[in-house]
Amino acid sequence: MVVSFTLNDKPIALDVDPNMPLLWAIREVARLTGTKFGCGVAQCGACTVHIEGQATRSCVTPVSAVDGRNVVTIEGLSSKVASAVQTAWRKLDVVQCGYCQSGQIMSAAALLAGNRKPSDSDINGAMNGNICRCATYVRIRAAIHEAARIMEG
Amino acid sequence: MASSTALATSPNRRRFLQSAAAATAGLTIGFHWAGSSRAATAANDVLAPNAFVRLAPDNTVTVIIKHVEMGQGTYTGLATIVAEELDADWSQVRAESAPADATLYNNLLFGQVQGTGGSTAVANSWDQLRHAGATARAMLVAAAAADWNVPVSEITVERGVLKHAVSGKSANFGALAGKAAAQRVPASVTVKDPKDFRLIGQYVPRLDTPAKTDGTARFALDINFPEMVTTVIERPPLFGATVRSVEVAAAKAIPGVIEVVQVPAGVAVVGKSFWAAKQGRDALKIEWDSSAAEKRSTPELMSAYEELAKTSGVTARKDGDADRALGVAARRVKASFKFPYLAHAPMEPLTCVVRLTGKACEIWAGDQFQTVDQMNAAKAAGLSAEQVTIQTLYAGGSFGRRANAASDYIVEAVSVAKALGANGKPVKLVWTREDDIRGGRYRPMYFHTIEAGLDAEDNLVAWQHRIVGQSILDGTPLAAGMVKKGVDETSVEGASTLPYAIPNLAVELHTTKVGVPVLWWRSVGSTHTAYATEVFLDEVAHAAGKDPVAFRQALLRDAPRHLGALNLAAEKAGWGRPLPAGKGRGVAVHKSFGTYVAQVAEVSVATDGKIKVDRVVCAVDCGVAVNPDVIKAQMEGGIGFGLGAVLYGAITLKAGKVEQSNFHDYQVLRIEDMPKVEVYILPSTESPTGVGEPGVPPIGPALSNAVFAATGKRIRTLPFAVGTDT
Repeated sequence: MVVSFTLNDKPIALDVDPNMPLLWAIREVARLTGTKFGCGVAQCGACTVHIEGQATRSCVTPVSAVDGRNVVTIEGLSSKVASAVQTAWRKLDVVQCGYCQSGQIMSAAALLAGNRKPSDSDINGAMNGNICRCATYVRIRAAIHEAARIMEG
Repeated sequence: MASSTALATSPNRRRFLQSAAAATAGLTIGFHWAGSSRAATAANDVLAPNAFVRLAPDNTVTVIIKHVEMGQGTYTGLATIVAEELDADWSQVRAESAPADATLYNNLLFGQVQGTGGSTAVANSWDQLRHAGATARAMLVAAAAADWNVPVSEITVERGVLKHAVSGKSANFGALAGKAAAQRVPASVTVKDPKDFRLIGQYVPRLDTPAKTDGTARFALDINFPEMVTTVIERPPLFGATVRSVEVAAAKAIPGVIEVVQVPAGVAVVGKSFWAAKQGRDALKIEWDSSAAEKRSTPELMSAYEELAKTSGVTARKDGDADRALGVAARRVKASFKFPYLAHAPMEPLTCVVRLTGKACEIWAGDQFQTVDQMNAAKAAGLSAEQVTIQTLYAGGSFGRRANAASDYIVEAVSVAKALGANGKPVKLVWTREDDIRGGRYRPMYFHTIEAGLDAEDNLVAWQHRIVGQSILDGTPLAAGMVKKGVDETSVEGASTLPYAIPNLAVELHTTKVGVPVLWWRSVGSTHTAYATEVFLDEVAHAAGKDPVAFRQALLRDAPRHLGALNLAAEKAGWGRPLPAGKGRGVAVHKSFGTYVAQVAEVSVATDGKIKVDRVVCAVDCGVAVNPDVIKAQMEGGIGFGLGAVLYGAITLKAGKVEQSNFHDYQVLRIEDMPKVEVYILPSTESPTGVGEPGVPPIGPALSNAVFAATGKRIRTLPFAVGTDT
């Protein structure tokens, strides 16, 4: 089946098994590897992408579900919000091993797009599905607040 | 990468370096290139006076990193050391992963083995990289002096620029690299006085941050080649089971499945993509032979451990006579502790890519144990270790998992590539999360009992500690060096090295045999010994009616660095300041891998028993603080990693089968449970020690002691989710 959608602002048509998770379509067919595989069951958030702006776990989303829709991965982040998030992440040196960080950044950008001044509790709510085994959570929290400040400025 | 790989495998240079290494009795101060290599690099206007630094005409300084970057910040830390001695500007510094070559890149604390572990990267590289940087600097200065016809002593170097004040001449590293390469490599160099450090001890941005915030950082899972195939392996449901028979027809019928092959690890399905291979694996029908498999359940194992703990074990430490002192003690306190198996669960499941031919085996992996992996891959491939090359990529976490004596995931990929005919087509092996959680090589299960004796004045005069559990090193080539008189040091470290002044102290070990593969897990023995000793010491302090900090201070009279960390953490935490009801404060101090860490945890315990960690204050003494911000990050991360384990972590067996499978039932720390963390670094002029692991051990006991302070309940069975004792 050919699935047609917009990937990082460009139209793309993939001839794939419609049940293939979007994660593997992005990684192995579209060859964008910034989106990571961590659990395969929507438990860790490493595979988070934006579908119509919503943070979505691509590992449990069949590729057929995005037919005609707009998908953004870490490689396609370009909004002002996303740029503030990435700037904050760099400023605070959030990353350690880095493997989960694409997913963290995608979740943080989606949070800030809908809530420009999140509280710690808002952050916990939005980010609890993104595991970081290096436990960079102190800095993730601080970087989201920092991104909110950057957006204000 | 290509140029350094080519140089590193030059046989002439290898011989040269071996003799150089022999001449300096293993001290690798400024390894020199062989003459031919030097001429070649000079022709390119590149200064590469040793195996660790390369200065190019484009003014970049590339530091060759012999350790895997798995999050601990080693790219940044090792590059800082070179850049400091070179007086480079941080913005011109790059890090590049070294090829696998133990003649050049061995861990000086591991002998002739290249590998990362035991928080040794900075510790073993400190002198080596200071000299590497200072050598390059001396050659730049010599080149500038010759070029400008001025004395060497009149040249200054600052932030990547050489200057001669009198003549006003100046040049950057790039402009001088070619001329410096033509200079003689100095036989000896002087390193800086620490008071002149400009980068060490200051904040420098992590070198791996940009690539890890835009999706361009490459992990093994991201490697792709034309004609590459992907494999997933179905492994036995019980440890020690083997394949009796397999039906492959349904698997082969899945579109995209190329082949199904049997390998020592199980049955491998090879596909054009992960998705095809995974579906193929799901369609396999395998009958297993479980006759030799481990079939016991966790409670059965733990009961057997408890029985063993009633008898004397092999002596790991003996000061005075603990038995006798306990016999005459005015008061005795006794407790036992239970620790579960723990999975490492790094975010990047085990993955590697192997390209195998009849003559060569190329490996791409977040490789933690290059020399061991080369040997094991060679054996599996039927090649010699020299025919195995490894490209070490970023590792998506490891926590010890990627360094194992069997090189399990590497050997699996090689065995699949071999079964496919060693046809030169790259094979990517991917473990799923279920494979990871159920795949063994866990932090072993342990049972501890400790009994203490107090004299009539409530002085701690006797301490008898028994530890029961599997040996991590048993059956591995590492046992020869690290198992002494029947004691695996990794089983007892932290307990046998107890710093407290107790006149009669015995530590004994029972090593058990269980068919569950075990492995070191971030901070190794200290993952359980710190918990048992620091919680129990708290119990003894309580029994003696003493304040936990004051009690420790008195016993640490011969351990100034433990004491320094303890005092700083207590002071910054406001130890002794009253807390509202339902809140508690707990302390622990522990040394691991040469680094001293004390932590004070503050908790709130709700009426339903739910524990919330509000704040952790951490003091760390790791000698010279090379990158203070990386040290802070490792303490924060170590605290979070340790918290997840003590709150939730447990791998359990039912009739030998692992009961957990993914993050829903093997829970790890999530952001909502992450406390505020404050980190304080003790000033020090001691040689630097590691920070990757030492942040982990104190958090469990500090938290446990805080829960006791808040509730009067001792937690002696981990994780907290399972066991609260009186």
